[in-house]
Amino acid sequence: MQNEFIINVVYLISAALFIIGLKLLSHPSTARRGNLLSAVGMLVAICITLIDQQIVSYQWILIALAAGSIVGAVVARKIALTSMPELVSLLNGIGGLASLAVAFAMVVGGSLATYIVVILLIAIAIGGVTFTGSLVAWAKLSGKLGNIIQTKAMVFKGQAIANSLLVLAIVLFAVGISFVPQMTFLVFVFVILCLALGVMLVLPIGGADMPVVISLLNSYSGLAACAAGIALNNNLLIVAGALVGASGIILTSIMCKAMNRSLTNVLFSGFKEVSSVSTKIEGEVKAISCEDAYYVLEAAQSVIVIPGYGMAVAQAQHAMKELQSLLEGNGAEVVYGIHPVAGRMPGHMNVLLAEADVPYELLLEMDEVNPRMENYDVAIVIGANDVVNPAAREIKESPIYGMPVINADLAKNVFIMKRGMASGFAGIDNPLFFKDNASMIFGDAKDSINAIIRQFAD
Amino acid sequence: MSFISLAMVLLLAIFLGFELIRKVPATLHTPLMSGANAVSGITVIGAFVFAGNDMGGLAKFFGVLAVFLATINVVGGYMVTDRMLSMFKGKGDRNAK
Repeated sequence: MQNEFIINVVYLISAALFIIGLKLLSHPSTARRGNLLSAVGMLVAICITLIDQQIVSYQWILIALAAGSIVGAVVARKIALTSMPELVSLLNGIGGLASLAVAFAMVVGGSLATYIVVILLIAIAIGGVTFTGSLVAWAKLSGKLGNIIQTKAMVFKGQAIANSLLVLAIVLFAVGISFVPQMTFLVFVFVILCLALGVMLVLPIGGADMPVVISLLNSYSGLAACAAGIALNNNLLIVAGALVGASGIILTSIMCKAMNRSLTNVLFSGFKEVSSVSTKIEGEVKAISCEDAYYVLEAAQSVIVIPGYGMAVAQAQHAMKELQSLLEGNGAEVVYGIHPVAGRMPGHMNVLLAEADVPYELLLEMDEVNPRMENYDVAIVIGANDVVNPAAREIKESPIYGMPVINADLAKNVFIMKRGMASGFAGIDNPLFFKDNASMIFGDAKDSINAIIRQFAD
Repeated sequence: MSFISLAMVLLLAIFLGFELIRKVPATLHTPLMSGANAVSGITVIGAFVFAGNDMGGLAKFFGVLAVFLATINVVGGYMVTDRMLSMFKGKGDRNAK
């Protein structure tokens, strides 16, 4: 009894540390301390739980703790920061699987009240969907299973019907298990069905919508922990799970708003044919050499850089930082305009630029740069397409009409670094390329930037 | 504890979460996600009871598995978040260095 009281007091302290940790995350200068506090909260929670009298043997717990710590530490140290979207989706998946395993252990472990079984089944379902959904998201992001799981939306005939049947089967099994929870076989089938559902839900979602999917799966991994916490009667699991769930939901809604789409549309639009836009864009695309681009940049007083996923692919962030220093040495002001869905996860561009040593004060949000866009002499668009597409403002028929974009076309000059004339992820033409003030710099973004840097050196 | 008081804790935690996370700036959204991953590894404390029983069998196996997986999340999540956050520097930090 005494132990239980002490454990709960420490849980209270842990919950407070998690909350303060999140609060400190509201500014880059305090964020690191916040993360540390949160980690301390986790450490004391883990240590105090070990005095629980229901635990009779420590051997396997310690082995699992040690093995997990080693794997976690190695991954966290070795991972390239450019692979953050992949890592985060993998960690989401592992979190989901952990909750699934706990809930499963409890279901097969003993006689339970029916409402507990129902909550555990919810935990298993959310955990299972999170696990396989995250694996598919990981495969789409890393492209490692390119021949099996493609980055683009994968749709097959009758998919909607198959999914509906799957959901129906999951519900039926859940009802059955809540009546006879002793039948472990049924629980196994239930787990497999939930795992299958996770795959089916993420397959039809395209790579450009990954910021939404990762955020949503992030939220699920928290909700699964939350459900397990209700079943286990553990307040700290509930509080921590709810914080994670809330964080994922907020990010999901920010990402959806930034694409002017509803969550339903993102999750299920893969099933619809992309409508082809017949509007013809008048004008001509001009290419410009790096040398000419240099002359314009040298005369510029203010420059805005708008990065997109292409910058991550070309690994151009370090070269860009070098160019930024040269421009600043030349007396120009350089800022970065970051669209919320640029890249493959929320805040993707910010991490890349932070890695390249760009001060966070220079990374401005869309709403900060748009009102001042006319004042910039040059806008450099690196590997971004849909997030700077003026069709979102001008062409009512466009599928992205109404999406908030960075109005790069309003700057005095626009340079667009791009590999070729392929259209962006939405598969639509970009009228920006045809504007009078726009010029294309074709080729690998990193090479192009380096070529401009060499011009500065001469 | 009764189901209702657990539901109360859940409700308050969700509202608190919304208020806190709304204030996180866009520039920190990636560390927020990896940090959240680490926090969701809290499942580990729920898994101890199953990993530590002496009955053996399925429940123990899945308990140990859960401890292992959740520990990856905790350690990996916090470490990679710290690594990322250490790179977010302002202009002031740069001059001091």
